[in-house]
Amino acid sequence: MTSPLQQKIKITGPSIVTANRTWDGAVIYRTAAQGWSTDLSHSAVVRTADEARALLAESVADDVGAVGPYIAPVEIKESGKIKPGNLREHIRLQGVTIDLPVPA
Amino acid sequence: MYTYDELDRTLINERVEEFRDQVKRRLSGELTEDEFKMLRLQNGVYLQLHAYMFRVAIPYGTLSSAQLRRLAHVARRYDRGYGHFTTRQNIQFNWIKLAELPDALADLAEVGIHAMQTSGNNTRNVTSDQWAGVAPGEIEDPRIWSELLRQYTTLHPEFSFLPRKFKFAITASAHDRAAIKVHDIGLRLHKNDAGETGFEVLVGGGLGRTPFIGKTIKPFVHGHDLLSYVEAILRVYNRYGRRDNIYKARIKILVHELGIEKFAKEVEDEWLQMRGSALTVDDAVIEDIRSRFTYPAYEKLPHMPEELKKAAHDPQFERWRKNSTFTHKVQGYAIVTLSLKPVGGPPGDATAEQMDAVADLADKYSFGEIRVGHEQNLALPHVARRDLPALWKALDAIGLATPNVNLVSDIIACPGLDYCSLANARSIPIAQELTRRFANHDTAELIGRLHINISGCINACGHHHVGHIGILGVEKNGEEFYQITIGGRADEQAEVGTLIGPAVAYGEVADVIEDLVEAYLALRERPDELFVDAVKRLGVEPFRERVYATR
Amino acid sequence: MPLVKNGKITADAFVHLADDAEIPGDGAILVSAQRFLGDAEALSRRTAPTGVVWPNNRDLDDLVPWLDRLAVVALAFPSFRDGRAYSQARLLRERYGYRGELRATGQVLRDQFLFMLRAGFDAFEVKKQSDAEAFAGTVKRYSVFYQPTGDGRLTALHQRMMLRHSESASQ
Repeated sequence: MTSPLQQKIKITGPSIVTANRTWDGAVIYRTAAQGWSTDLSHSAVVRTADEARALLAESVADDVGAVGPYIAPVEIKESGKIKPGNLREHIRLQGVTIDLPVPA
Repeated sequence: MYTYDELDRTLINERVEEFRDQVKRRLSGELTEDEFKMLRLQNGVYLQLHAYMFRVAIPYGTLSSAQLRRLAHVARRYDRGYGHFTTRQNIQFNWIKLAELPDALADLAEVGIHAMQTSGNNTRNVTSDQWAGVAPGEIEDPRIWSELLRQYTTLHPEFSFLPRKFKFAITASAHDRAAIKVHDIGLRLHKNDAGETGFEVLVGGGLGRTPFIGKTIKPFVHGHDLLSYVEAILRVYNRYGRRDNIYKARIKILVHELGIEKFAKEVEDEWLQMRGSALTVDDAVIEDIRSRFTYPAYEKLPHMPEELKKAAHDPQFERWRKNSTFTHKVQGYAIVTLSLKPVGGPPGDATAEQMDAVADLADKYSFGEIRVGHEQNLALPHVARRDLPALWKALDAIGLATPNVNLVSDIIACPGLDYCSLANARSIPIAQELTRRFANHDTAELIGRLHINISGCINACGHHHVGHIGILGVEKNGEEFYQITIGGRADEQAEVGTLIGPAVAYGEVADVIEDLVEAYLALRERPDELFVDAVKRLGVEPFRERVYATR
Repeated sequence: MPLVKNGKITADAFVHLADDAEIPGDGAILVSAQRFLGDAEALSRRTAPTGVVWPNNRDLDDLVPWLDRLAVVALAFPSFRDGRAYSQARLLRERYGYRGELRATGQVLRDQFLFMLRAGFDAFEVKKQSDAEAFAGTVKRYSVFYQPTGDGRLTALHQRMMLRHSESASQ
């Protein structure tokens, strides 16, 4: 298994680091305060490959708290609001795109 | 129904305690994720998009009502109130917390359910025909051999770190409902001229990135030699399977690269050296396993009871009866399929309430036994025909009587991008839309048997390669696109489907499927020529033309 | 890296000899397969214990003729996910009757101890100190084993047969 840090890091726009919380699997986002949040609006946004690498490195170091951190694209609206940058991240944030058999 | 004895239960409990310790060491940091991942996979715990996914084993697709109730309990207590039945006769829960998993496993262990080896590079659930033990014309119950194999492969010290996953399937009927030809080892139970039980052994079948139909390695392996022969295959695979590239690590690649003759020779050489060993299965061992399978005390019942005669005037009941009930080997009984494919619903899901209700119905009408099929439906295997009208009413009340079994809206689909971190595209909404387009039962019956399989990525968990119509989700420039194949089959005439043309966008898939069905209805020779047979007869071209004429 | 033998941490009597180092007259040494095969006669005639480190991607055929003269055969787990040495171990014990020390090296972690024991290993170069210390407790995790290996443990099937016989005998 190659570490995500060994892979070449290229970003195409504003990006964040996301992972899943170890004890319950919840979707989490790396914050600027070297922590994690389930709230996308708290995530640290990076804009260069170097910044992304650094953010990823500190995230990967938190092996106890988070599983499988990776860099994901985001969209920043004019209002400054951070939105998921692709369908996969949209689904991770909002949940499944279908009705659950049992309403949540 | 196989009854676990003290030894079986002890092993499951010991496994739960081991996993509890492993989770503890993970959460404390003593185990890194890299070290833990393989351990959690060996207990069926994946990390998906939103949460952990927990895959529980249902050996050869057989459940007792107590077990089904316990699955409902897990859905309620540890998850979001529902579970998903898979194409390998297992059940998946999508929202499990790692920290609570040991408790969930302990709850399951109380009724003899485990999650051992439902993931990881080891030997997985030995699947079989969901009609095992009750299908007419079956040679003998394949589940006895499935259980023998299950025990042999559980926590096998030599084969717990294989190059890649390894899947077995067994069938004992002429019509293969277990898809043995697309498994790593497929076993076709039959008898030799002396009337002794043995197996045609096939190897190297599988779907995924590079689909292969399995090849016969030995036409008859005596039952006594089954385990030693399987051990020989596994040892050759463990030693020589590729470990440098996960996309080339399945046994199907080894068989392909060596060629079946050379591979067969490697296995034979290995096997000859271990024949007559402690692995020889003697009759006493088979009898012991057989003795712990309980079979119902069937009554002597008429084929056409009064209750059935009376109910025949109800067209809705009749439609369901003709669609969802099947001939049982014992007169007066029926095998009943419970469709988990309601119109507009995600295929293969059941709520905790539904599971509890089915458990009650199983107690009342099916000697407490339920089956799980790889087409993601449930079955009640021992229903007296006189009980069919009452059963139908009860099933209809809980939404499990959609009369679409084996029809166009009986879709097999993987969870896809809504759940799965491997997926490129969503599959469930595609399935849902298709059930809406083909919601009219008259139309569906007119079309006849038609298996649609949907996979959200090349890993093919939806078995799209062997669908009469196969749909494969791919990603193009950040958008969801779908490749469509036709003419695949999973049964004894297994073959891989053929691509009809360029991938189509998410919004167009349902239209394309409708076009394919329309083309079939126009081109079929007779009403009872199935879609898949029409494709075989005509080839892909006429269908391709119809679909791409205006696209 | 602690060595576990007979259920506890032991000092390792063996020294790994580099391929280009001279063979000492006495002292227990472990040599690479390549080195051993290049000089098998001489090495196997040593009065001091000699062992071989055998790679997991090489057939055992070349090793088999020397087994009764070796004190140690060390097999490799380059990654704990790589299970080839389990097959090698079983073949050495069960097919070729090897009786010397069979040592697991490489990524040897707690959760593989029992598999390794059952496959025939009796010595472990354990990666983590804490795992080595937990060895004795770890191998007691399971009391039921389904399939026979050369380890002599009674399988579940066997236990059932015995139970049946004693039940019918007492009737």
